[in-house]
Amino acid sequence: MIAALKNPANRAWLVLMVATAITWYLGEVGAAGTGAIVAMLLIAFVKGRLVILDFMELREAPKMWRILLEGWLILVSSLILLAYWISLK
Amino acid sequence: MTSVAATPATRRLPGDLAIWFFILAEMLAFAVFFATYAFARAKNVEMFNLYQHTLDRNLGGLNTVLLITGSWFVVLAVQAAHRDDTPAISRNILLGWLCGAGFLAVKVIEYSEKFGAGISLSTNTFYMFYISLTFFHFMHVILGMVILTVLWFQSRQGMYGSHGANGLESGAAYWHMVDLLWIVLFPLVYVMR
Repeated sequence: MIAALKNPANRAWLVLMVATAITWYLGEVGAAGTGAIVAMLLIAFVKGRLVILDFMELREAPKMWRILLEGWLILVSSLILLAYWISLK
Repeated sequence: MTSVAATPATRRLPGDLAIWFFILAEMLAFAVFFATYAFARAKNVEMFNLYQHTLDRNLGGLNTVLLITGSWFVVLAVQAAHRDDTPAISRNILLGWLCGAGFLAVKVIEYSEKFGAGISLSTNTFYMFYISLTFFHFMHVILGMVILTVLWFQSRQGMYGSHGANGLESGAAYWHMVDLLWIVLFPLVYVMR
């Protein structure tokens, strides 16, 4: 068990499963509004980052590629946040 | 001899450079799609919230689990290649493929339920986005599975190992992109309100 957790991919999978359960649960309890949206975007950001760094293995890749993909994640989350912020006005 | 360096001596991009440009282009297309959905929703919040309720979050969540797990198996296949564990390469590719097949099966159940209820692209703006976004992604899952099928045959022929795994790494990167896109798509279309 502990040996399995030495593999970053296994750790990432575990966190991704827990994070997915949280997002699903927020849907079940009907979480809505600013707090819920920010929480879900943060969860999606953490999940996406784990996929980029530990699944795509860009942690040790040339910096440019890490920045491009993580930048995509920031761009998409910001645009969604902006649109939801406008909708709450 | 080995001083602990803050940065590795050689930073290496897994797979071929070309696949990463392709992945970036795909991701930009989806970024436009995601933003268009979010801003269209901002103009019609009540309607989007109402029809979002008709989506099956359990199936959406199950599909998230399937794609992430499928992605994880393919990482294990790449790791197996680096340590020359040939049987584990093809076994993990197959397991990743099966997760993808599970995703498609769940999606077909979801679609047949919606289409059976008479919902189509022209029903309303929300369903237009729901169907086109998820179907565009659905086709990417299919392409990912075609790639995994090729990789499985190649791995059975012993093409991948510590001597080289570029093709496998390129295909794996594409498969992870499909996962990454769903990680944004699921909360956006199924949950956020």
